[in-house]
Amino acid sequence: MPLKIKSGPFKQRLAFELNNDFMRKAVSSAQDGLGVRRDIATDQLGEWEKWREAGQEIRQHTVNNLAHYLEQFSEQATKSGAHVFFAKDDVEATNYIKQIAERKNAKKIVKSKSMVTEEIGLNAALESIGCEVVETDLGEYILQLDDHDPPSHVVVPALHKKKEQIRDVFVEKLNYKKSADPEELAKHARYTLREKFLEADLGITGCNFGVAESGSICLVTNEGNARLVTTIPKTQITVMGMERLVPTFEDLDVMVSLLTRASVGQRITSYVTLLTGPKKQEEVDGPEELHVVIVDNGRSKILGTDFQEILQCIRCGACLNVCPVYRHIGGHAYGSIYPGPVGAVLTPLLDGYEDHKELPYASTLCGACTDVCPVKIPLHSLLLKHRQKIVETEGKAPISERLMMKAFGFGASTNSVYTGGSKMAAVSLKILLKNKQSISNGPGLLKEWTNSRDFPTPKQSRFRDWMKEREGTKND
Amino acid sequence: MTLRVTLFSTCLVDLFQPNVGIATVELLEKLGCEIDFPPAQICCGQPAYNSGYLHEAKPAMIHLLETFQHAEYIVTPSGSCALMLKEYEHVFQDDPKWHAIAKQVASKTYELTQFIVHVLGVTKIDTSLSGTAVFHTSCHMTRLLGAKEEPKLLLNNVENLTIQPLTGQSQCCGFGGTFSVKMGDISAEMVKEKVEHIKQVSPDYLIGADCGCLMNIGGRLSREQQTIEVLHIAEVLNQGMEG
Repeated sequence: MPLKIKSGPFKQRLAFELNNDFMRKAVSSAQDGLGVRRDIATDQLGEWEKWREAGQEIRQHTVNNLAHYLEQFSEQATKSGAHVFFAKDDVEATNYIKQIAERKNAKKIVKSKSMVTEEIGLNAALESIGCEVVETDLGEYILQLDDHDPPSHVVVPALHKKKEQIRDVFVEKLNYKKSADPEELAKHARYTLREKFLEADLGITGCNFGVAESGSICLVTNEGNARLVTTIPKTQITVMGMERLVPTFEDLDVMVSLLTRASVGQRITSYVTLLTGPKKQEEVDGPEELHVVIVDNGRSKILGTDFQEILQCIRCGACLNVCPVYRHIGGHAYGSIYPGPVGAVLTPLLDGYEDHKELPYASTLCGACTDVCPVKIPLHSLLLKHRQKIVETEGKAPISERLMMKAFGFGASTNSVYTGGSKMAAVSLKILLKNKQSISNGPGLLKEWTNSRDFPTPKQSRFRDWMKEREGTKND
Repeated sequence: MTLRVTLFSTCLVDLFQPNVGIATVELLEKLGCEIDFPPAQICCGQPAYNSGYLHEAKPAMIHLLETFQHAEYIVTPSGSCALMLKEYEHVFQDDPKWHAIAKQVASKTYELTQFIVHVLGVTKIDTSLSGTAVFHTSCHMTRLLGAKEEPKLLLNNVENLTIQPLTGQSQCCGFGGTFSVKMGDISAEMVKEKVEHIKQVSPDYLIGADCGCLMNIGGRLSREQQTIEVLHIAEVLNQGMEG
């Protein structure tokens, strides 16, 4: 499954990433910077909470009526001259796109940034039939050059890389000779990519929003590469997750206002592109042929379940930008192209629990994600729902934990067990610890705590003992 | 009129921080409340509930509902446990008997500072503590329960105490209940960063309103042999006047 980016057990991935000081510094400083920018941009807009509510309402309404809006979008897009194809999964989607490439005899393909094409493994599929696929978003381009290093963020894919590392990649792969100055790096990439745009037979884009009332595609970008992808090649393919619709242009206005601010703290991005159908006769640029591939790939299974709200997501990455866990482990540790809180909710839904059962537990349920989400997805509650499902219906929790929780349930509802047990624990720990105030090297699970922190010893006189004694004195 | 307050001390206070419970009782009595402590109370069930063990958490929840159903006001020195008591309403959504009781209990439950500010209408308590402090805003208490301003209001009115700004104040300390042992490695990195931020200020006190977070940050401070004193807000407000 292309959704997966790293193999090996979660703990192993985690250990690797936690030791990656470079990445951790890059991620935390990006989080801090983006946070400041987001706060400024949302304050400037004013009434941010009302905007969030409006965004939530639009997305909820769309997802609740998804079949209707998909039909409308498809009808309107077809009317405007586009070919619309519904792909039930990654295989159907990539096969359809491969067929177009073969029919057009396309050898050179340029792409603008798209998470859904990562999800369906499109690049590998096209490369397998001999196409050269070039990512033209700067971040994606860097990763592609760096032996297909996977993205670690849904909006800022190369967030985990420092400019010095990027320079090294350019030196190795592009014969680059200049400094690690971002401007010089970008200039070089632009120079190299310009050639690729000019010789491309086929352009592939993702889709931020599809507008149902007109069948238009909306692309929100900063680098202008999507404009070149959609104007120079004769054929364009746009790949869209099936839930990425808004009913009207008026709704689009709200969504774009939310997206750019929540995502990167911009009032608007440098480019907001709206495309309706292929090039018309009187137009000078644009593709002669336009295909819109609408991808299900597990999304329709989420409809009508406890997790439906995750389909409201507009992939802004705001939850990644505030998540204290993502801050320390980075995107790759999640093992999915969708990392962070949204990824921890979405990945097990799209790809099953088997390989992703740790993800819902990689959260303190601190709620920072829920608080920042521009469309008000209750992310931390959805993570909790996953945990319940993993424990209760999937039966995937470790046996030792299940036994411990059973004991907890009994102890926390039976007074004699709690009272006796807590007294005993205090006494035995006291003996074990030779009267020290805290534990610095605990056994079993406690070790996970004491590896980095001291643990207080239970007090021999509990609060309830003090209370009882006090009541006794009072009544005397 | 004397308000009769039923105290939910929480299991962490009962076992590890009795001093916080004692401060809560003394403080509320000073403020004119009469304290009722049903000894049948145990734990709100959060460790099991937040780990996905709804089935195992329910008996603990029902036990607390039985214990607290006739209370007038339920007050607890923990934002996280107060939130959990309010969550019961959603847990028992499909169970008419317990849902009705859970709803009542939710409406009567207050985190300590919320109770002082909103029910007692008190924002200034005659108390004094000399020195500087940083305040840790617990996630459940501020984001999910919505008790953001109450502790600040009360602390700002403590004489001789200066509350200093803290970098990344709203960022989680890495406790997260069972997260702290289930994902111990991540939790460790989170608390280390929190302690780094606190050390930058180098205050006399770290004050918080949730014993879980305080145990976590305090445990790290102690491991690093820091002399910053960890205090629950109840202890601060119960100091009394100096000299």
